[in-house]
Amino acid sequence: MPYDSIVCVKQVPDTANITAEAMKEDGTVNRAALPAIFNPEDLYALEVALDVKETRGGTVTAVTMGPPKAADVLRDCLYRGADRAILLTDRRAAASDTLATSYILSQAIRTVGRYDFVFCGRQAIDGDTAQVGPQCAEKLGIRQVTYLEELAGLADQTVRIRRNVGHGWELVEAQLPVLVTVLQTANKPRPPAAKRVLRFKRARVEAELAAEVQRDLPTAPEEERQAEEGRRAEALKQAGLLIEQWNLDDIHADLGRCGIAGSPTKVFRVQAIVLTKEGYTDIPPTEEGVGQLIHELVVDRTLG
Amino acid sequence: MIEPNRQGEVWVFAEQEDGSLHDVVLELCGKARELADRLGVGVGAVLPGSKGAGLAKRLIAQGADKVYVVEHGGLAHYETLPYARVLCALIQKHRPQIVIYGATPLGRDLAPRVASEMRAGMTADCTDLEISDVTDPKTKTLHEKLLLQIRPAFGGNIIATIVNYDRWPQMATVREGVMPLLPPDARRQGEVIREEVEIDEVLLAVRLIQRHVEPRRVNLKGARVIVAGGGGVGSKENFRVIHEMAAAIGGAVGASRAAVDSGYIGKEHQIGQTGTTVRPALYIAAGISGAVQHRAGMEDSAKIIAINKDRQAPIFSVAHYGIVGDLNKVVPMMIKALKERK
Repeated sequence: MPYDSIVCVKQVPDTANITAEAMKEDGTVNRAALPAIFNPEDLYALEVALDVKETRGGTVTAVTMGPPKAADVLRDCLYRGADRAILLTDRRAAASDTLATSYILSQAIRTVGRYDFVFCGRQAIDGDTAQVGPQCAEKLGIRQVTYLEELAGLADQTVRIRRNVGHGWELVEAQLPVLVTVLQTANKPRPPAAKRVLRFKRARVEAELAAEVQRDLPTAPEEERQAEEGRRAEALKQAGLLIEQWNLDDIHADLGRCGIAGSPTKVFRVQAIVLTKEGYTDIPPTEEGVGQLIHELVVDRTLG
Repeated sequence: MIEPNRQGEVWVFAEQEDGSLHDVVLELCGKARELADRLGVGVGAVLPGSKGAGLAKRLIAQGADKVYVVEHGGLAHYETLPYARVLCALIQKHRPQIVIYGATPLGRDLAPRVASEMRAGMTADCTDLEISDVTDPKTKTLHEKLLLQIRPAFGGNIIATIVNYDRWPQMATVREGVMPLLPPDARRQGEVIREEVEIDEVLLAVRLIQRHVEPRRVNLKGARVIVAGGGGVGSKENFRVIHEMAAAIGGAVGASRAAVDSGYIGKEHQIGQTGTTVRPALYIAAGISGAVQHRAGMEDSAKIIAINKDRQAPIFSVAHYGIVGDLNKVVPMMIKALKERK
């Protein structure tokens, strides 16, 4: 029997390959200087969904929340085999913490409608919290199975999942629908398919069209630009290449639960860890020298 | 969501497995004690399970004033929904001001689910917790004695301090091995409170079919601090100071191949090309000369301290701090300084 899957994906700054150039003078991270990539673990989540679709039939819908540029990861999902892609973008969603983010994603998932599975990567490399998956499951009122390494069985409305619990594994059985978070050890994500790349590389969200028209017709009057945007959007839609773009009103979100207002956690302070290798410091083998060293490590928070 | 409750206790989620408490729980009890003393409130431990009462004594010895025991057949093995039900029910009933969990695979599955249901804040993977007065930079409102939740972010490139002004309880998961494990005090007195929580059949819808766990191994990969000893330590007996320093600093014990080959310590501790590759926030190499095979396994550590008698030892070429001296004198000095640190 066919199964419908929704995959939550995220575009993230590539924090694994951060360099000293990506640090601002004041020691904070310059996000813009880092390449934006497909959150690594989300690719494995997408692969599980595509595999279910291939072997059982059904559909795969990719959902992301982010700025218009995040359409990049949606195109990547289409290249690899997703049937539908949705960008949730809204300035009022900015500065959402994990609770607000999971609320917004859960509203987007409800708006998509029917599903058997929601797949997420275990965590995103910019925050490493691993919270959005479980919080989304709670908001949807469905079960969660974290840390999938193998989808071990699927029959009717029952799935068996082997999950990694750190120092071993568990085989669990759950009734659908279920939200599943996926580890990198689960599979080998397929590369983009050449034919699909040719087809979907022109796929755009409306916000991207607006920027493109602005670039192509910089001097045209406002109404002309809007008309051009409309024409381009309609042409893409006819070709099945208009990626859906939703805002918070489209998903009937309670604004009090989104963005800053919906985020209980606040960043109070940020300290940079110096990335450039410091010079070598010789510490005398005395109580005073050693005590000074430990004190330094406490002050710079190397030691808790 | 609960109203901020200044009299609320500081709670630790007492993760257990097959009848024994997870090490991180014991570490958290000590931290909870410190936070609670600062706030002038008690420490509570929440212990769900099928038979947990036997563990209450240990929790009290580690610093808990009250142990909330919830025994139910449906709690024999960890499953998200029934455990989340227990936590949410007790939080609503007793309104603790802080709830901390180990940042274990289990804790990171449970805590966000509870936070979502409580519509409370949740900070993952903290490396430190403090109590401090905080002025909200936007509203200029002073909030007294908030929980500062301190964690690395952005791939470990920054340290962020997170607070919750008004959405309580303040909750966080804390990494294993970052809080020092305090010695248990068997004379401490505490109260064991049995709680009943109704667990609906529907919540038991994820069923455990099979389970395979290995004994907990040395967690070098996840360690934030590693204290490693080499051939220069000299004997298995001398290696005890390496273990002592690791305990004092809240880190894992590593070793060079020379130390492993000499039988000072097991191979599972070996760091280097043939052992484990690590990049902790702090790596302390004691009595390790630093052959290229060893350096390959640790040179990406954020900070490296080398202790060696030989000033020419290659380990100094990758070190940020070097102490030229006898490790049998230097390491005890470091332990002393660590114990006296503020």
